[in-house]
Amino acid sequence: MPASHGYWLGVWRKFCKHPGALLGAFLLLCIVLAAVLAPWVAPFDPNQGGIILRLKPFGYDGHLLGTDELGRDMLSRLIYGARVSLAMGVAPVVGATIIGGGLGIVAGFYGKIANGIVMRVMDVFYAFPSVLLAVAIAGAMGGGLIDGMVALTLVFIPPMCRVAETATAQVRRLDFIEAARATGAGGWAIIRYHVIGNVLGPILVYASSLVSVSMLLSAGLSFLGLSVQPPTPDWGLMLSTLVQSIYVVPWVCALPGAAIFITSVSFSLLSNGLGEAMDVRR
Amino acid sequence: MLGIFRRLALAFPIAVGVSVVCFALVYIAPGDPLETVVPSDATAATIAVIKHAYGFDKPLAIQYLIWLGRVLHGNLGISIATNRPVSLEVGEALVNTLRLVALAMPAALIIGYAMGVAAARYPGRMLDRIVSGLAMFGISLPNYWVGVVLVIVFAVQWPLLPATGMAPIAPGSIGMFNWSDLRFMILPAISLALIPTGIIARSTRAAVLDVLSQDFVLTLRAKGLDEEAITRHVLRNALPQVIAVVALQFGYLMGGSILVETVFSWPGTGYLLGYAIQNRDVPLLQGIVLVLSMIFVVTNLIADLLQVRVDPRLRRG
Amino acid sequence: MSSILAQPPSDFEGPLLPLLLVRDLKKHFLLRGSGKLGARVHAVDGVSFSIAKGETLGIVGESGCGKSTLARLLMHLMPCDEGDFTFDGEAVNGAQGIGVASLRRQMQMVFQDSSASLNPRLPVQDSIAFGPRMQGKGRREALTVAREALRQVNLDPDLVGGRFPHELSGGQKQRVNIARALAIGPRMVILDEAVSALDKSVQAQVLNLLVRLRAELGLAFLFISHDLSVVRYISHRVLVMYLGQVVEVGPASALFAAPLHPYTRALLASRPSMDPARRIESLPVTGEPPNPVDLPPGCRFAPRCRFAEAVCTAKMPMLVTRPPDEGLRHEAACFIHDPESGHSLAGTGLSWETLT
Repeated sequence: MPASHGYWLGVWRKFCKHPGALLGAFLLLCIVLAAVLAPWVAPFDPNQGGIILRLKPFGYDGHLLGTDELGRDMLSRLIYGARVSLAMGVAPVVGATIIGGGLGIVAGFYGKIANGIVMRVMDVFYAFPSVLLAVAIAGAMGGGLIDGMVALTLVFIPPMCRVAETATAQVRRLDFIEAARATGAGGWAIIRYHVIGNVLGPILVYASSLVSVSMLLSAGLSFLGLSVQPPTPDWGLMLSTLVQSIYVVPWVCALPGAAIFITSVSFSLLSNGLGEAMDVRR
Repeated sequence: MLGIFRRLALAFPIAVGVSVVCFALVYIAPGDPLETVVPSDATAATIAVIKHAYGFDKPLAIQYLIWLGRVLHGNLGISIATNRPVSLEVGEALVNTLRLVALAMPAALIIGYAMGVAAARYPGRMLDRIVSGLAMFGISLPNYWVGVVLVIVFAVQWPLLPATGMAPIAPGSIGMFNWSDLRFMILPAISLALIPTGIIARSTRAAVLDVLSQDFVLTLRAKGLDEEAITRHVLRNALPQVIAVVALQFGYLMGGSILVETVFSWPGTGYLLGYAIQNRDVPLLQGIVLVLSMIFVVTNLIADLLQVRVDPRLRRG
Repeated sequence: MSSILAQPPSDFEGPLLPLLLVRDLKKHFLLRGSGKLGARVHAVDGVSFSIAKGETLGIVGESGCGKSTLARLLMHLMPCDEGDFTFDGEAVNGAQGIGVASLRRQMQMVFQDSSASLNPRLPVQDSIAFGPRMQGKGRREALTVAREALRQVNLDPDLVGGRFPHELSGGQKQRVNIARALAIGPRMVILDEAVSALDKSVQAQVLNLLVRLRAELGLAFLFISHDLSVVRYISHRVLVMYLGQVVEVGPASALFAAPLHPYTRALLASRPSMDPARRIESLPVTGEPPNPVDLPPGCRFAPRCRFAEAVCTAKMPMLVTRPPDEGLRHEAACFIHDPESGHSLAGTGLSWETLT
């Protein structure tokens, strides 16, 4: 019997042939590992500093990447910062994928009134530039870790919903949905068995591209002081406090931004590779 | 004509929805919305007067209509922090943001469009890969961080340009055409232009490739047209998609420059928004968000209408 | 016919009662944005017919005549505007009688596009097992049913069951679709252009399979196709549709040997013939079918009919039986066969000679 392979196995094989995607996946793996293993990987305590050690350049007395304005080791803070920054970048997308994706599938599958109500509401939120909406909501709510996450989730729900709705509306027209209805199955059973598996591809590809944007935006919110509060190590927050010191140790101050950039690019690469492997047109 | 009216009719409910969201911002702010308009040292009697004047004692729907009526008359309330009319504050900031965008947007358009067309001419080749890579970098770069790096390079390491701020502008001047004004704008404009450049390059490439794959191009080739004439046809047909993207990016820049403006202390709308948030100045926050999102709605509408003008297929329905 | 004798246990009403009786079925689609308010397409316009137990009724007609809409109406995949269904003596979806769910347990459908009608993300045996699962069977039991259904359509469940649709050929996929319909345990299967997209050789295999299944399981088929040869091969009776209406219905042999309606004649004449002497010089039907939105008041075929007279455009012909008082009824909706219609050829009948 010849080996039969499923869709996801094929996607995995194509993904592995994509050098950019592999690079992105490798970088992300390193970042995630560093975040998880922070207590073992970080050379210093991220919250321990000293006045004498303030703002030292690269390589100063064992501080490979220098120290910040309170004399804390930059490398250790960057490693610990990955924890909050990654969580802040990924959590809103996960939330938006579940809520927006779910709404989109329901709207796309049932059409008519359900579709009209959901999509018109989404159109309104779509009519805001994403940065503005995130800042406005987080700012109005007061600006804390939870506020930032809620704001970003709200920002990502409409585009996610649109992607899911479009994909579902396309699948809904196919004969196998008709055939499933002809067996007497109800809407939920058809969605569970026949729709989700067929719209998951575009939804996941889009979600992975959103993570890249979400990393930038969530770091931006903490840069503005609208998310994580000190002394928690977080890349966006570190960047905003270090900006005042660019005349002392310019390149040390640029490090947190570089971390944000590398993570964001890695997610972009990953998402491009996924998109190509799944043959999703964007 | 039908298409134009339809699009206007579609934009209207969205504008109403946007105004509802802006109105609601006051209510997601922690604490009593009344506190946002009442000075902290007000007496009980003053509070009662203000409460009545602002209609806070009425049902929400009525409050919304009262608020909308004020807004439509150009009254966005008084800023708590500066005690000046919000409309005035937003208007001044808007001019400054517009100056930055007026510098960043054409640059993004020209560079992005050229990159996109060049990449589409040689799909899959080295040039195409470089352009696609650059476009992805432009989109994934945190533009506020690029601002910081630019300041480090051009203001700290080599002090060529000012790090932050804006030169005082003479009344009546747009302050874009002389070096003393312009030098403040170069770094923020570059930071702002990054994302739109990447996105315009990417979508131009996609649009041109899409047109190139259509059958009529083959017909043109078969008719013996030279490459230059074919390129003209292709670019014309790719235009509607590019226009839509450019207009969208313009709207994003107008409403999304808060981070870059904060880095450079550039007194535009984004900077003002940051100021409003820091000072818990809800009327100011609401006014800025309302004005910027309405600009976004209108640019989207204009993009739509321009597309209709360029692409005759969209004129019906 | 052996199929009538092999009466399934669920048949309580006896072999003589028709399995499905459809009366005056109507489906109009409202056109939006056409500029004309209230413009309608009469996709199915007053169709009545019956199918006996174990019988195969072929439905033919040009594309756009409402064949596929009819199939979807019968499956209740779209609501109809008017009409009565009676399935095995019980009204469907009425105040009494059986509901749609129960109808779907007894009636299944196979679609034209064998690829699009299979979920690309599921192994085919899971696609087949979905129906039994929805009928309340457990996972393992449903899978057993699915594998048995695969065996019935001559596919090895061990070899094919775990595969995905894109790993199968067109013919295999259509067999899987048939198996999927069978897994529900229906008494009637609607085949909507089910073999039209297949190669001729594969078509023959699938047709033979259908004939075998019909005999073994006592199935009734509603066989929709634009391919007259295929319909002739498999059908006991044939129904001809034109612009949403039935123009002729009768036993396959009679209908193909001596068609009554000018439209049926034209359809038959347009078939490529193997016999050079029978090849036609001129097109039997000219022009496009009229726009289904603006239909002529009288006979819908009149604008294209070479026998059309004043009476044809004045009123709508009804189905009349000709010749009357015969065992299997052969009916056509044409004034030529209505002696009292006033048509100049009325009562004379038509023969092949007049046409060729």
